Amino acid sequence: MSTKDKATVGEDQHGIESEDTETVGKPLLAAEKSRMTCRNVFVYYGEKMAIDNISLDIGKNEVLSMIGPSGCGKSTFLRCLNRMNDTIDICRVDGDIKLDNQDIYDQKLDVVPLRARVGMVFQKPNPFPKSIYDNIAYGPRIHGMVDSKTDTDEVVETSLKRAGLWEEVKDRLDAPGTGLSGGQQQRLCIARAIAVNPEVILMDEPCSALDPIATAKIEELIDELREEFTIAIVTHSMQQAARVSQRTAYFHMGKLIEVGKTNKIFTMPSHQLTEDYITGRFG
Amino acid sequence: MSSYWFGWRKAKVISGGDFQKLHSRLPYYGYMSALWSGLPALMILLLWLSFETTIVSSLVMSDLPPAYEGYSEQQKGLLLNDIKNLSEGRQTSGKKPELKILSDRYTQLKAIANMANIAVVLAIAIIGGVFASQKIKVETRARNNVEKIVKGLLIASSTIAIFTTIGIVLSVLFEAVRFFEKIPVVDFLFGLEWSPQTAIREDQVGSSGAFGIVPVLTGTLLISFIAMMVAVPIGLMSAIYLSEYAPKTFRSIAKPLLEVLAGVPTVVYGFFAALVVAPMIRDAGVTLGLDVSAESALAAGLVMGIMIIPFVSSLSDDVINAVPQAMRDGAYALGATRSETVRQVILPAALPGIVGGVLLAVSRAIGETMIVVMAAGLSANLTANPLEAVTTVTVQIVTLLVGDQEFDSAKTLAAFALGLTLFVVTLALNVLALYIVRKYREQYE
Repeated sequence: MSTKDKATVGEDQHGIESEDTETVGKPLLAAEKSRMTCRNVFVYYGEKMAIDNISLDIGKNEVLSMIGPSGCGKSTFLRCLNRMNDTIDICRVDGDIKLDNQDIYDQKLDVVPLRARVGMVFQKPNPFPKSIYDNIAYGPRIHGMVDSKTDTDEVVETSLKRAGLWEEVKDRLDAPGTGLSGGQQQRLCIARAIAVNPEVILMDEPCSALDPIATAKIEELIDELREEFTIAIVTHSMQQAARVSQRTAYFHMGKLIEVGKTNKIFTMPSHQLTEDYITGRFG
Repeated sequence: MSSYWFGWRKAKVISGGDFQKLHSRLPYYGYMSALWSGLPALMILLLWLSFETTIVSSLVMSDLPPAYEGYSEQQKGLLLNDIKNLSEGRQTSGKKPELKILSDRYTQLKAIANMANIAVVLAIAIIGGVFASQKIKVETRARNNVEKIVKGLLIASSTIAIFTTIGIVLSVLFEAVRFFEKIPVVDFLFGLEWSPQTAIREDQVGSSGAFGIVPVLTGTLLISFIAMMVAVPIGLMSAIYLSEYAPKTFRSIAKPLLEVLAGVPTVVYGFFAALVVAPMIRDAGVTLGLDVSAESALAAGLVMGIMIIPFVSSLSDDVINAVPQAMRDGAYALGATRSETVRQVILPAALPGIVGGVLLAVSRAIGETMIVVMAAGLSANLTANPLEAVTTVTVQIVTLLVGDQEFDSAKTLAAFALGLTLFVVTLALNVLALYIVRKYREQYE
């Protein structure tokens, strides 16, 4: 039996077919509270549908975590939010995604400033092969946000401080960013992302390559960053989702199954699939 | 081959059908006995072949009739040649009846030697095979033995390449040393004039040769420089286009086409340079009121540049493709445009590989001969003007060694000194390339 067959059987057991694609919980927020709004989003890789009719809002100053089994479409969905899927030739996105009421898939919209407003941190730390200083200064420089050396110094220092990395690297800003430890590299990438002052930060399993101590530091950091930014985080760790996020969305087979306040999702999930997943019955 | 099966069978028999008892798997016993019978026989065969002619010849020569007693070594050599020719049915310099007898004897000895050869080799093969199958026991470590032998063979193959290189270097070095006995090193390295002539008679006009390498080396560097000016920008930019911008279908067609450039014989480039490019440059020069010589460094350099484009582009393309996708994602996610990503993230990450490719192309340009012979001329001018005719190290080596030459005059020995210089220059470039690549290699990961 192929994996697909298995999944279909699973769906039948939990009655997802009969329940339509309707999401359980509250995916949408009041207009004044939401920063990014997604309506009826479909994503296809060639012929294959990866995201099936998802509507979801991401609120101001909140951390939204997305959980679900591998291949459920959560990373794909995250990459739609700053059009990173554009770099994949066969990927096609349908639907309506707005950032502050502006359609980000608008033909007239330039993708470059959009990505400056919606930053992203990847699963594997990917510092550029440059010095720590240049890694941070890169974004502000290409967007013309800094003119003088003192400006740049300031941005580098504040970004590193906000990412909690300043104390560890202040004496070796000229050292290559690739020479740092994994956790430091990931915080460097976060610092790099916040240096351009985005409104939303997307994180795609930012701690999956890190040890528990580095993970704890990053989670602490995410909590602090919530004051200024809107954060959407994809994670495989349900404890992490419970620790850092205010709202949690559960994805399954390209569908959004349930969204709700994090403590409600983890204590009283409404949907059978969500309950099965968080109690570890599958996934 | 058959000994493989004997070894295999033997192992099967002694294992008594329980293969788990054997130390190694069945085929290894087969390989072991095959190697035991094959390798020593092959070695004997090679030794035999390399000594056969010498032994047979000396046997024949020891039977020389007394009439030839007083012959010198050289005359004996000629005589031997005659005998060989006669036995192979070719014409000889003089028909002598006693030579016929000798040549018959030569043919006869040769035939015996062949038979003996086959017999000995077969015998050794069989002995080896039998020996190996004697050795096969349940606990024989056949796999370890076979792997040791295979390792030895691999080492031998790699040392052949190394020893050949060392041999070439040494032979060039010794000849160059002989040259430097005649011409001082300082004159050679810093002399500003190149006119390689040596007097055949003491009173000859123009007998004084000048062996200053500077103009020749300048010519080489000038042409290589022009070639790199063409190849590096074009090659690099096409590599960037192919790897970052081009659609997949275009890339799959364009890349092989570009690599065809590398497959065009250099002679073809040579006459393209001499017959098409050089006249074009001269005409253009005339229109601009410039004095362009018929054979210009510019023509040779341009065409050579075209020739080495594939080296630069193909290697750079591979290196750029090897830059992890995560780097691109990182830059795009910060809102970098495509060209910003390429210039500021991908090129720095790919730089060591690109430099390696470029230096490889430089070595190729410096060593290139045919294009320069045909398009750049032979006169050794010390000039930096690309419109004049210049000559290169490789071209001078060719001209010095072409034709009937004595191999102990300064003129011919100069070719070896030039070769050595060239070797040192390219070696230095390769070492530099390796150093650069190693220094920057660990930047990403």
